[in-house]
Amino acid sequence: MSELTLFLIRFAYLAILWIFVLSAISVIRSDMFGARVPETARGGAAPARGKSKAKSPSRRRGSPTHLIVVEGDNTGARAELEDAPLLIGRGSDAAIRLDDDYVSTRHARVAASGDEWFVEDLGSTNGTYVGSVRITQPTTIGLGIQVRIGKTILELRK
Amino acid sequence: MSQDHTLMGFVHRRRRGAELFLLLLALAVGIGAYAAVGLGMEGTIPADIVGYGGWLTALIVVAHVAVRIFAPYADPVLLPVVAALNGLGLAVIHRLDLDNTAQCVDNDTFARQQLIWMTLGVVLFVATLGLLRDHRLLQRLTYTTGLAAIVLLLLPMVPIIGNTVNGAKIWISVGPFSFQPGEVAKVLLVIAFAGYLVLHRDALALAGRRVLFIDLPRGRDLGPILGMWAVSMFILVFQRDLGSSLLFFGIFLIMLYVATERPGWLVVGTALFAAGAFAGWQAFGHVQNRVNIWLDPMAYYDQSPGSGQLVEGLFGMGWGGLIGRGFGEGAPCRIPYAESDFIVPAIGEELGLTAVLAVILCYGLIVERALRIALISRDGFGKLMAVGLGSIFALQVFVVVGGVTGLIPLTGLTTPFLSYGGSSLVANWVVIALLLRISDQARRPAPRLSEADSDTGSDSESTQVVKLK
Repeated sequence: MSELTLFLIRFAYLAILWIFVLSAISVIRSDMFGARVPETARGGAAPARGKSKAKSPSRRRGSPTHLIVVEGDNTGARAELEDAPLLIGRGSDAAIRLDDDYVSTRHARVAASGDEWFVEDLGSTNGTYVGSVRITQPTTIGLGIQVRIGKTILELRK
Repeated sequence: MSQDHTLMGFVHRRRRGAELFLLLLALAVGIGAYAAVGLGMEGTIPADIVGYGGWLTALIVVAHVAVRIFAPYADPVLLPVVAALNGLGLAVIHRLDLDNTAQCVDNDTFARQQLIWMTLGVVLFVATLGLLRDHRLLQRLTYTTGLAAIVLLLLPMVPIIGNTVNGAKIWISVGPFSFQPGEVAKVLLVIAFAGYLVLHRDALALAGRRVLFIDLPRGRDLGPILGMWAVSMFILVFQRDLGSSLLFFGIFLIMLYVATERPGWLVVGTALFAAGAFAGWQAFGHVQNRVNIWLDPMAYYDQSPGSGQLVEGLFGMGWGGLIGRGFGEGAPCRIPYAESDFIVPAIGEELGLTAVLAVILCYGLIVERALRIALISRDGFGKLMAVGLGSIFALQVFVVVGGVTGLIPLTGLTTPFLSYGGSSLVANWVVIALLLRISDQARRPAPRLSEADSDTGSDSESTQVVKLK
């Protein structure tokens, strides 16, 4: 094996190494700004899905079946997840009506997306908390994860 | 509605195709290094390259398919970077195995064992992604993982299974298997810290008084940091492991700072660790030895607990220069433990500064992705966990590469994914799986659940405002 061949092998290998590193960086660069979705497209798609009554996740063993109030004035009030999306609030159109002065008329919504359940705040005055954190966007909730709304705590149950 | 557009004005794409492309390049890095080692050492492309390359490809494909199934939105860069580092590490270990000059007295099957460990690592990677569908489940295990981590750290002190290697009591051996429980403990500690800090950050962040532009914490809030300091000092004193001691305390300090946004904790923590390290330097010969070698490596070259290893590493890197000697043309076997702690000088000798920079950049990318995951993650627990897991790599690489290049006193830690060592490799694959799990949750687009929010503003007058305190 001549000097020159070995030199070329070494050089080729270093080139491969740096091509890899630079490609990784270019993927990060193109990833940094994501795929911008035009607001009109998002606005147009969302109501269509809303009207088709967001199909609830396939019923598997171990998946939650109902939402129940575990703490507060309405303890025990429940709503079946089959009727999702569920509206929670003080208003008469809510799936779970809460007699809690700290709850807004249309306070939060629980709905499914894919296999998971999400809770979304609907611009309420006092906010919706998952655990101890006030949510600012739809947040996944699982079995037994407590959602606090005003003085009321709700939970998904099997 | 404006609130979820401040950061999430865009939707992350899945980018699995980009990941596959990068993985192919990563395989070229791994298998190319193996071929180059064969050409350099034996003059021909090794006969078993089909078997070796096939095995490596199979492992990568399995990991990639697992990501596609279990975490479709996960970060596209982490897995390829890890695959490339692991492949390069395997080739360099293989090169050290093939060397049969006089200085090379090590076992000739390190590369094969490392490949088996990598297989186990990928299996656990897939299992972690498959079984743990939501990282927030780990939050329930805060104290369990914390306790398990402490037990694991204490295991090497147990008389029968504990094992002392090169002065450090960090091994346990059961039958023919030996294992470093500290590698698993670091992952468990990150989970425990994240769970603890997410609950208690308010108390740690808000109380305190201001001294010279820095908010110093209250005395009664010092409990956790003092506890962690005691644990790391315990490791320093009884297990004689400087590196792990620095790693554990460093992770805790970084996570505490990120959780509370208070530089005061960094001041307190650095002061505590500096005091502990100074006391250690006063009390222990082996620490003094390390510091003396760091200050003047050449003076201790010939002595018995001397600086031979460090100086040979420095010679190797100097001889390698900018583009290295080429595989087979250097003499990395002059460095004792070139396959574990000193793998970076071995790369520097045969592939040069160019390759060492690429390797360090790869670690930089891993840490950058971890911090990025922390930024876009939606829950505090995920954020803290991603920061903690990323800082494991950052600290480990800083301590090892800083040590072998003479920037800081040398301490023994493994170079993630490159070094020979099963416990470290397997634990780091699990760390990557956890990071991908958090990033899958973070990058998954938030569903649009509400159709119309036109009438939500109208009820605000009739709703009372909660007073939280």
